[in-house]
This record gives sequence, C-alpha cells and structure tokens, in this order.
Amino acid sequence: MKTFKITWRNIRRSPYQAIAAVFVMTLTFLFISFFTFLLYGSSKAINYFESRPQVTAFFKQEVKQTDIDNLKNQLNATNKIASIKFVSKQDALKIYKEQNKNDPLLLELVTADILPASLEISTVKIENLSDINNMLKDSPLVSEVVFQKDVVSVLTSWTNALRSIGLGLIIISSLVSIFIMVIIIGVKISHKKQDIEIMRLIGAARWYIRWPFIFEGIFYGIVGAILGWLISASVLWYSTPFLSAFLKGMPIFPLPLVFVFGLLGIEILTAIILGVLSSFLAVLRYLK
Amino acid sequence: MIRLTQVSKQFRTGIFALTDVSFEVEKGEFVFLVGPTGSGKTTIFRLITREALPTVGEVIVDNWDVAKLPNNKIPHLRKKIGVVFQDLKLLMDRTIFENIILPLEISGIDSIAATKIVEEIMEKVGILSHRDKFPIQLAGGELQRAAIARALTLEPDILLADEPTGNLDQATAKEIVKILEEINKKGTTIIMATHNEDVVKALSKRVITLNKGQLVGISGKKFKAHPEHSENKSAIISIEGEKPEEKSKQAEKKKEQDEDF
Repeated sequence: MKTFKITWRNIRRSPYQAIAAVFVMTLTFLFISFFTFLLYGSSKAINYFESRPQVTAFFKQEVKQTDIDNLKNQLNATNKIASIKFVSKQDALKIYKEQNKNDPLLLELVTADILPASLEISTVKIENLSDINNMLKDSPLVSEVVFQKDVVSVLTSWTNALRSIGLGLIIISSLVSIFIMVIIIGVKISHKKQDIEIMRLIGAARWYIRWPFIFEGIFYGIVGAILGWLISASVLWYSTPFLSAFLKGMPIFPLPLVFVFGLLGIEILTAIILGVLSSFLAVLRYLK
Repeated sequence: MIRLTQVSKQFRTGIFALTDVSFEVEKGEFVFLVGPTGSGKTTIFRLITREALPTVGEVIVDNWDVAKLPNNKIPHLRKKIGVVFQDLKLLMDRTIFENIILPLEISGIDSIAATKIVEEIMEKVGILSHRDKFPIQLAGGELQRAAIARALTLEPDILLADEPTGNLDQATAKEIVKILEEINKKGTTIIMATHNEDVVKALSKRVITLNKGQLVGISGKKFKAHPEHSENKSAIISIEGEKPEEKSKQAEKKKEQDEDF
C-alpha cells in the first residue's frame, strides 16, 4: 500500500513526464488495437468470400433441367465440391428484385425469361477452383462462368501483407515505447538520486527503492493501454454504421463485444509486461 | 560495540583518508571525534555505516564485520545506526514530519504506530510545532533537531552525529548537545564528530583526536557503562595495547615532529 502511495506521489510530482509516458504507451496500444480490428475484419472478409459461391456457371436459355442435373452429378462425382446450389430463372428474378427493390424502373423491364439459371459452386480447396472452372467452360450447356478465385487470393495476400506490416509496426512501436519509458523513468531516477541516496543511508532495502519505479512503469502501461483501446473502440463504434453500409452483406460489423473486451484484457496484460520490462531496464541501468 | 582495528582508507586518487586507525567505543558511551577539516572524521562514519569499505583493517559494529557484511544485510546495519549527517540530508520536497517518519516507513511499521513514535520524538527534540513545514522554512538549529529526530526514530543502538553543532550559534549548539546527552543517558552509544572546542570542553567525555587521517590521541576518562545499559561492565576504551595517557604523550610528540617538519 505504501509502495502504491509513493508511486502515485512520484507520478503526481512530475506530471509532464507522466503525460509523455502515457502518451507513448497510448500510441502503441492505438496501433495494436487498430491493427487487431483490421486483421479481424479482413479475416472475416476472407471467410465470407470463401463461404460464398466461388464459381457461378450461367446456363444457356435452351438448356433442360435434366442436363443441368447431369452436370451437377458429374461435378459432385469429382469430390472437389463443398456445396452446389441450383438457382432457377425464378430464383434469379427474386434475387434481382431484392437487389433492386429501390429502383422500380429496373424492375419493370426484367422478367424471369431473360435471366439465366445458374449453379453456384464452392470447392473444398481453393486450388480446385481452376479444375471446376475448366470443366464448366468446356460444357456446351454453360454460356458464362464467373470465377472468384482472384478476389479471395488477392484478399488473402492483402491480409498477409497487412498482418506483416501490422506486426512490424507493433514491434517497432513497442520497442520505441520501451526505450522512451526507460528514458523517462531513468530521468526520474536521476532526478531523485539524492533522495535515493538518503533512503539507502537510512536503511532502505534495494527493492524498497525499486518497487515504486516498477509500479510507475506498470501504471503508464495500463493507462496507455486503456486509453489506446478506448480511442480505437470509440472510432470503431462511431464508424460501424458507415462500414456496415459500405461492406454491404459482409457479416463483419458490429464486432463481437467478447472480442473487443478480450482485446482490452490482452492489451492490459501486454501493458503490464511492457511496463515492468521498461521500468526494470531503467532501474537496472540507473539504480546500480 | 564499535571497534576499528588498523583501519586505512585510500581513495582512488591515491590519497589516504585514514591511516592505521584503531580505537574502540563501548556500548552506551559518548565519544567525541575531533580534528580539523579533512582529518578523516566523516570517513570513519562512512566506514561504520558501510558507505565505504576500508582499504586495510577491520571495522566491527556490534559483532558484525562491516566489510564482510553481505549486501542484503546492509539495510539491517543501517537501521541499527542513526546518523545525523553533516549536510543533514533532509529531503527538501517532504515536510519535517515526512522526513522523520521515513525510516519507520522503510522498516514497514504501520502508519498509526509510526505517527505516534514520530510525534513523541518531535516533542522530545522540540520541533512538534514545525510538523508540517518544509525544511526550507526552518532555521539551522531546527533542521539539526529534525535530523536528530530522524536518526532516533528506529531507536538505534548507535548514533553518529557528524558536526551537529556546525554553523550554529553557541546557545543552539548547547541545546543540541544537551539533547544528545539525554539520548546517551538512555543507553544509546554516541560518536559526535566536531571541531567545536567549547562543546568538547563542556562535557567530560572521551575525545578521539584525528589529524590528516591519523589517530593522534585519545584523551578522557575510561568509560564505565551504566549497569542498565551495558552487559559488559568492564568497558575500557583505549587504543589497543596502549593507555590513553601514553597515547596522549605520543600525540604531543608527533605534533612536535610535524611542526619541526
């Protein structure tokens, strides 16, 4: 309890250094939070695209239902198909109407006859898409094949790049915050050198002097983590309606509360580790 | 209680702060350590509190060989010894009360008990009315009292007072010495470093004289510990193997030699 009191007094009596330390930690955790949200969103987007029909084959107008069923059976026989769904002309019209319900002009012009029936196919593995695509293209029944392999692979490579960049930035910002914290706590130790000297002379043990500085590091870390998380969570909460509308149909937003608060817990733990590490380094360096 | 045996201290610069100094101080004794500036008085205090290590020789405090004391035992040693530093070493950003309570805080004594102890000591040294003032707001004598109060909070067995009357007027110096005398009467061993001759003359205590890091004499009566305060009733303090009178003569002889030189 005494150590906490001393820690709090040290923080209060040098507010600018405390603000600088909290600010640096806040920036670090702002990075961590934003990149975590971004990575979560992009992995959800990949999942969404992977679960969507990856190949859509549109049939010619004159094709009979029995021919379509045969093709469906042939595809299933390859064992590469995760799901296959037949969309009739009537279903296509329904989808069209749903998508354009706000535009009566577009609805007036379209009937089921002009819309093609189609098969929406997902493969077990993404690399099987090319085979299925070729098989459908060779079929005389099919007029057009829409192949979404590129969307998923581009998104996957973007996510991987984003993950690498994010991880790199998080590591760099963590290192920067550790170094700045070491400097700030080091300055505080140097500033209190005389006090420390006096305390040692009147019998203070090594850890009696060290603990307040360690707790100070933990305090800056935790406050920085909470502020960084609060800012990023507020931005996310504020922009959720806009992002939901922008990424129409993708079930990403709102982010689950368990995830958002779980992130806060992990960030606080990380903050404690960063705080202890940086203040311990400072104590070892300046309190020999 | 305290024994220095053939202690020398050489600084990194090569200068000897102490050369072959030996003396003993018995439990419950009041001893003056006198000598001009740079004679090694403060160095002796620093060796006793393990602020510095002797280059040669042995420093024994209450059966502890100070030089061989492991680092984790140093705080224990320092809690046994109250020190009134020459420069007082009061924390300027803390009130007098906060300064005095510090050793108790360090020792983990709960704040209610600690407050009671501190208030009693402040009352004893006459600075209770300055409880919440900062050091900068007090006069020299009051600061000296605060430093003594801080040194007494843990009821140390030994009190080292380094020039506690320096820069004080005669009347205040007398008061400070009176406080120290009262503390000594309660059984605390006191070594007071001073070059205030009036103070030394006023009290008929043993005087250890240093000059240029060398022991030049020990004068005064042999100490007889009060039965209540000492288990060792046959307390005799002298330079090992020498009677104080002989040592005094030797010192005079040495002084003459120095002057001739």
